Amino acid sequence: MTLANPSDFNGSLQPQGWLRYFSFSLDHKVIGLQYLVCGFLFYLVGGALAGAIRTELVTPLSDFMPRDTYNEVLTLHGTVMIFLWIVPVVNGAFGNYLIPFYVGARDMAFPRLNAVAFWLIPPAGILLISSYFIAGAAAQSGWTAYPPLSLTTPAAGQVVWILSVLLLGGSSIFGGINFIATILKLRRPGLKLMQLPMYCWAMLGTSILVVLSTPVLAGTLILLSFDIIAHTGFFNPALGGNVVVYQHLFWFYSHPAVYIMVLPAFGLVSEILPVHARKPLFGYTTMVYSIMAIVFLGLIVWAHHMFTSGTPPWMRLFFTIATSFIAVPTGIKFFNWLATLWGGKIALNSAMLFSCAFIVNFVFGGITGVALAQVPFDIHVHDTYFVVGHFHYIVYGGTVFVIFGSLYHWYPKFTGRLLNEDLGRLHFLLTFIGFNLCFAPQHWLGLNGMPRRVAEYDPTFTTLNQVSSVGALLMAISTIPLLVNVVVTALHGKPAGDNPWNALTPEWLTSSPPPVENWIGEAPLVTEPYGYGQHQDRGREVQA
Amino acid sequence: MPTKTTFDTHQRAAPHRLNQRATCTVPIRTVLAVLAATTALVLTGLWVGNNVNMLPLDASSNAPTYDALFKVLFSIGTMLFLGIVILLVYSMLRFRRRAGDLSDGLAIEGNLPLEIVWTAIPAIVVLFVGIYSYDIYERMGGMVALNDHSAMDHSAMAQSAMAPGRVWGGIGAAGMDAAPGGPVLPVEVTAMQFAFIFHYPDAEITSGELHVPTGQQVELHMEARDVIHAFWVPQFRLKQDVIPGQPTVLSFTATKAGTYPIVCAELCGPYHGGMRSNVVVHEPEAYDAWLQQNSPNRTTT
Repeated sequence: MTLANPSDFNGSLQPQGWLRYFSFSLDHKVIGLQYLVCGFLFYLVGGALAGAIRTELVTPLSDFMPRDTYNEVLTLHGTVMIFLWIVPVVNGAFGNYLIPFYVGARDMAFPRLNAVAFWLIPPAGILLISSYFIAGAAAQSGWTAYPPLSLTTPAAGQVVWILSVLLLGGSSIFGGINFIATILKLRRPGLKLMQLPMYCWAMLGTSILVVLSTPVLAGTLILLSFDIIAHTGFFNPALGGNVVVYQHLFWFYSHPAVYIMVLPAFGLVSEILPVHARKPLFGYTTMVYSIMAIVFLGLIVWAHHMFTSGTPPWMRLFFTIATSFIAVPTGIKFFNWLATLWGGKIALNSAMLFSCAFIVNFVFGGITGVALAQVPFDIHVHDTYFVVGHFHYIVYGGTVFVIFGSLYHWYPKFTGRLLNEDLGRLHFLLTFIGFNLCFAPQHWLGLNGMPRRVAEYDPTFTTLNQVSSVGALLMAISTIPLLVNVVVTALHGKPAGDNPWNALTPEWLTSSPPPVENWIGEAPLVTEPYGYGQHQDRGREVQA
Repeated sequence: MPTKTTFDTHQRAAPHRLNQRATCTVPIRTVLAVLAATTALVLTGLWVGNNVNMLPLDASSNAPTYDALFKVLFSIGTMLFLGIVILLVYSMLRFRRRAGDLSDGLAIEGNLPLEIVWTAIPAIVVLFVGIYSYDIYERMGGMVALNDHSAMDHSAMAQSAMAPGRVWGGIGAAGMDAAPGGPVLPVEVTAMQFAFIFHYPDAEITSGELHVPTGQQVELHMEARDVIHAFWVPQFRLKQDVIPGQPTVLSFTATKAGTYPIVCAELCGPYHGGMRSNVVVHEPEAYDAWLQQNSPNRTTT
């Protein structure tokens, strides 16, 4: 069976030039960049919402916005950041751009499905945000939408929220199927699975999680919408429904969703570190197995979000143990990255600074994560700012730092121009300081009695909340050098050449930006994507 | 067809892999340096864990147990975090690329013994942490089967005062908390948008604040009227969701007199942040006085 014959669809019928980025393009590189830019725009929206939250929390009183608006803002912030920024960018953007190169293909396995997957996102996102203006009220029950709260808050906003998340989940599933098919079926002849760059393994693992768990979320949300629209009683205790069942179903997706957000970041870091440290990726085989171990364990840990929900003791025990053991494969990955850096020739450029900061942030979030997995520890800090601090260290300090690092690393491939390093380092410094200032104090706040999702708090917590808000302001400011850098570079940046980093992975063995169908001539067979140090003169050879 | 690719890996001869093997020729100075660094790290972690206080006052018999667990986790966490960050920053500085150096680092692709070591480290750490926290949880009463009535005999009074039926979750009354011989004080908690209501079935008192004596085990029987709430007293280190349609239970013994906040910890609507109350912990005599003052039956006693 031929899965795709690219010359059928990448011909002259497709728009050329900048217009193709606004078209139903079937080119995986165009779709990747569509994901990236679209995701970044939603990141700015989600960031503005975060700014509103941190402004409200400058004072202990609820005095900046109405209380129900505050709940709408925190619901939209979580939903936008997860479903419209991190998941689409770390999977859709980099996955679409890089995976066909890495397997030696000219496009994804199902290009039309790919375009559909992307084009579901802008309408879903606009629908979600417009619910605030059109439906009278956006969803107010948090991104978790726990019933019965989600059954009692304004129905229109909640239903729009469900519809939007269903569309985004559908997009995610289409993408996942596409990645699995591409990685397993479109590999260039002669290329073995254990020769693939690590990001392929990360995306294979992630896509398995997407395909297995996202349908569960979809089904759950459909039942929830029945409860709201048709007054069924699946999750309505007044009609005999069970609210804890919703939580089980919700977290069956939403815990793996954490790995859907971080595994691709692990993959991207595994690409960036060897290039800028000039060393092979340490322990390739154990890295592959640890990804698959995380995938398996990630599916059986969901109830650690529910230790205070009235789960039976044996369940608490099981989920504590399963969750703790995720630290083992994750630990292997971090030690292997450190070993990759050890003895290297490390270039401390922006891509590398963000990647190394990712290690610092994620280790911190991982350690608090192991603590949170312990039932007695969690019972005190569950649903507090400790948890808010923890998961922002994972998804922002982890994944978003990697997204920025990846941007500095692959921008020359996307555009043929190198991002300005001075602006990049400024961006890094502001982000790193702002991020830690914003989220580190939240751990203390949680331990000492500040619950999450509140618009007002005990006045003794004022100072640290203000520190946190200053950090958020720095994070907001940090996007300015980034935006200036991206725009100015696109117009006047230093030409990068095809392979500015002397990298060995296949996307660098073609022009920058690459041609339609990726290579003029046959795709190269790259069996050692991390073969640094084997030919000491090779760096100069490529430069020549 | 000409390609722009100047370097094609499949044209290379089979490369020789430099698989570093563990050797016995590690210099003694390196061994000593590693040992000294590890010792310093462990001591720093222990010092931080034991001397940096991150927690509020401990006012229940369960809180010191929790704090002991916290210290252990904080110590181990500090050691791991500092160790990894120091290694990372050291590598970034020590192995920095010098200007004009276009060469590669060493072609080390792995080291099995080393990888086994750092698989074992987190495995041992999480195994220890898991067993230790299980022990703590059991001492807190978390592993008590809540519907096993033989384990709840001493709270028979509480059972009779409650609506019959299954308790869905929470922390039972048979942990180390159990005041030996002492009766358990049952209190029925109703949570609603946006308040907690406390009912004392024995004294027939209904209150917006929780009053409890020190040294007596209290058993909260909790149910929500509208949406999910959560009952949290940071100074007790205890939290339990209060769920509509599914009664939950939470046991504790207060140890220090004072007034502590009760915080709703589950998003429950616009005034969630304002859904707070107080637990007033009295010395036993003061508690009896409070009971006398507020009981509707006080004329008869």
